[in-house]
Amino acid sequence: MVNLIWLIMLISGIVIAGLNGNIDQVTVSALKAAELGIEVAIQLMGIMSLWLGLMNLAEKAGLIQSLARICSPVVRKLFPSLRPDSPAFGPIIMNLCANILGLGNAATPFGLKAMQELQNENSTPDTASPAMITFLALNTSCITIIPATIIGVRMKAGSSNPTEIIGTTIFATACAMAAAILADFFFRKRNRV
Amino acid sequence: MRIITELARWAIPFLLFFVPLYAYFRKVPVYESFVEGAEDGFKTAVKIIPFLIGMLVSIRIFVDSGALELAIDLLKPFFLRMGWNPEILGIIPLAIMRPLSGSGSLGVATQLIHQYGADSFIGRLASTLQGSTDTTFFVLAVYFGAVGIKKHRYALKVGLLADVTGLIASVWVVSKIFG
Repeated sequence: MVNLIWLIMLISGIVIAGLNGNIDQVTVSALKAAELGIEVAIQLMGIMSLWLGLMNLAEKAGLIQSLARICSPVVRKLFPSLRPDSPAFGPIIMNLCANILGLGNAATPFGLKAMQELQNENSTPDTASPAMITFLALNTSCITIIPATIIGVRMKAGSSNPTEIIGTTIFATACAMAAAILADFFFRKRNRV
Repeated sequence: MRIITELARWAIPFLLFFVPLYAYFRKVPVYESFVEGAEDGFKTAVKIIPFLIGMLVSIRIFVDSGALELAIDLLKPFFLRMGWNPEILGIIPLAIMRPLSGSGSLGVATQLIHQYGADSFIGRLASTLQGSTDTTFFVLAVYFGAVGIKKHRYALKVGLLADVTGLIASVWVVSKIFG
């Protein structure tokens, strides 16, 4: 499905640019986007190193294990295929906490770390395990209690009450998260091999 | 709300203060452990570069060529027939952009907020939608790419279903509360 969507976006974009007499734009966009990919990766390099360094400290001090123990009753229910003492729980919980606090920059490193741990327990290394899909579903729909960036945008646009959308945001993301958990549960049952 | 905002401000400084100090008292060699962990950050960031570039190029061409606008025009009659208020249609560019690209959708949301006003219906809806879901395609490509997963199975379906639910819930709650 990703292959198809990727191809459709690419081909339809080029065809429509051609029809609009705007074909030069394709060249510019492609090269700009490739450059941007490196920029994003380099930015991420610094942030990832910082958070993974700090997480290694927290792990050695036993902090991650304590946090995982506190959150595990809920999180373990969502990942029935993982062993209760799986090392993936630590980064999964850290990732969700960072998402909830709206710390997008910190969430990605923990998320990638969690994927690596999940991959270590995956018996079919080229195919997504059910636990990975559950994690992605939670990750892309996670509740955010402080949508900091958009509050900033609203402030600059002269809103009389920039934070008034926090309540509606929490409601909408709670619905999305519930849908993700239900859909994941449904497809997991249906796709069991 | 003030408390939550304050909490966000203090979260990172608190972690940077507390974790190394606690680790030191637990006799962890703090600096060396930090460096050891940080090494992984570099490797992972390099590993995701091809996936980042692949996604960015395709999305950027789709948006810049005008194909996105065309898709929006094609979708409008569909939403009208579903009984959506014509006023709500202004949100469609953001709804399509949201799962594709984080910076792209922030750009669209910012533009909508300025165009319609932050305290308008569309302004509030755009703010809610922007804050409520994440960029499904991107997270999928990068997270799976980083560990070499090729078969994504039903992951995209689940992610997009959550995005659609987030959109409907946003429209409903914003109409209900600010109506």
